[in-house]
Amino acid sequence: MSTANSMGDHATIGRYETFSYLPPLSRDEILEQILYILDNGWNASLEHEHPSTAFDYYWPMWKLPFFGEQDPNVILAEIEACRRAYPDHHVRLVGYDNYAQSKGHSFLVYRAL
Amino acid sequence: MSIKTYDAGVKDYALTYWTPDYVPLDSDLLACFKITAQANVPREEAAAAVAAESSTGTWTNVWSDLLTDLDYYKGRAYRIEDVPGDKESFYAFIAYPIDLFEEGSIVNVLTSLVGNVFGFKAVRHLRLEDIRFPLHYVKTCGGPPSGIQVERDRMDKYGRPFLGATVKPKLGLSAKNYGRAVYEMLRGGLDFTKDDENVNSQPFMRWQNRFEFVSEAVSKAQRETGERKGHYLNVTAPTCEEMFKRAEFAKECGAPIIMHDFLTGGFTANTSLANWCRDNGMLLHIHRAMHAVIDRHPKHGIHFRVLAKCLRLSGGDHLHTGTVVGKLEGDRQSTLGFVDAIRESFIPEDRARGLFFDQDWGGMPGVMAVASGGIHVWHIPALVTIFGDDSVLQFGGGTQGHPWGNAAGAAANRVATEACVKARNEGVEIEKNAREILTEAARHSPELASAMETWKEIKFEFDVVDKLDVG
Repeated sequence: MSTANSMGDHATIGRYETFSYLPPLSRDEILEQILYILDNGWNASLEHEHPSTAFDYYWPMWKLPFFGEQDPNVILAEIEACRRAYPDHHVRLVGYDNYAQSKGHSFLVYRAL
Repeated sequence: MSIKTYDAGVKDYALTYWTPDYVPLDSDLLACFKITAQANVPREEAAAAVAAESSTGTWTNVWSDLLTDLDYYKGRAYRIEDVPGDKESFYAFIAYPIDLFEEGSIVNVLTSLVGNVFGFKAVRHLRLEDIRFPLHYVKTCGGPPSGIQVERDRMDKYGRPFLGATVKPKLGLSAKNYGRAVYEMLRGGLDFTKDDENVNSQPFMRWQNRFEFVSEAVSKAQRETGERKGHYLNVTAPTCEEMFKRAEFAKECGAPIIMHDFLTGGFTANTSLANWCRDNGMLLHIHRAMHAVIDRHPKHGIHFRVLAKCLRLSGGDHLHTGTVVGKLEGDRQSTLGFVDAIRESFIPEDRARGLFFDQDWGGMPGVMAVASGGIHVWHIPALVTIFGDDSVLQFGGGTQGHPWGNAAGAAANRVATEACVKARNEGVEIEKNAREILTEAARHSPELASAMETWKEIKFEFDVVDKLDVG
């Protein structure tokens, strides 16, 4: 039975799509997702945006998608470089699926405070 | 061309319509029927009778048959096969020339193939198991107004299934209270909420009032979460004029998606509505009320995979496919078969999944599979495995029955789904490790922990009535 004092409250907070209901991913967990992207034959890419305009579809790309890059450590290093360059921006990792002409994966790897 | 003379009277169908040497053309529409003939009717005759009655034939010769080239227009029974594990029925494969059907008209295809022939006395039961639509015909149909890829881009959601819920109680809420239920679920983490199929415009909640309050709920939840949201506004209506009036108002309200019941509403209405959606940038969710009347009996009616293919051609961006694991009927392999048939571009014949033909859709967009009915957090590992990313998992009771209410219930489902997707991507077999994955995720989510406790014992394990035919 639910009574008022045993019941919890779910507070609304700003979210940012896939994996934003999980605790922030560790470096190793991000690495696993990069491997998933690469194993699917997708191309990894980074996007970043200031939280105030994060609802927009288009976020600026960090460089170009890393076409053909198979080394996950290179992509991890790019995530770090993007964070350093835009410390007040969200950074998300995207896996471009050229067969589906869509993003196969997309999730935040760094949440700006 | 051979000279024929008029010979009044009745002759065996098999003489004209049983053509075992026929090699179907790429442009033929192919159908597989499961036939249970009356005693003493040979299989070839029963198959030929079905071919005749669903194409050019009638019970007796008529002189005007000779004014046309019936060999060009007739349907042909070209193969007969045993049904595994069933001695009384058999499969008949029939090829129909494409010119028997009006372009872009699912109505016309069904009126022919499942018309009078289903009441035909020579067969005791008749079931349309599958249709191969030739690509030539596919190209004449509009198909999904947007399709999976466009929907993902519009909703800005990638790499995971969408989450939804039908508002409960399904009938009786006022529009403002109904909008409250919608708002709470969307702010908690669902992507979509849904009108129940029988919510149209009843005295307790007229459609216009519902559309306005729901739209406010959607836009507020969207503002607060920073995520794109939608509610399937049901525009199923007594007349097409009324349906379009509601669709137009949904668009004025800024709704991204509307819904329709394609079987009770009918294929004519559905195809028109799909065309309207394509022109107006509106997503179209399709419910399938009445399908079990048509598809559940294993020997009579139309298999759902046929209805699903017809819907893809008529137009819809979402289609209910059953859940396999929830409260409603559905065999796993068979469901996987027709889920592929609505989502993929080319689906090869695969009898183990009930697919009797190769099906090529060309560039026609795919339809999202919707799993809805009696599912909750414990089912999520299986659902993510069965349905993959291009699906909408809908938890009605499984959201609104949460002890803390809708927002917490929504968050629980979202946490569980994301945890399963993450683990799947890491190479974990999530169905086998369901308990560990959910338990671990619940450590960070009291909402999920509470949901897991509430529904830990609930399963729906009954025998499936409509099983695949296996020996």
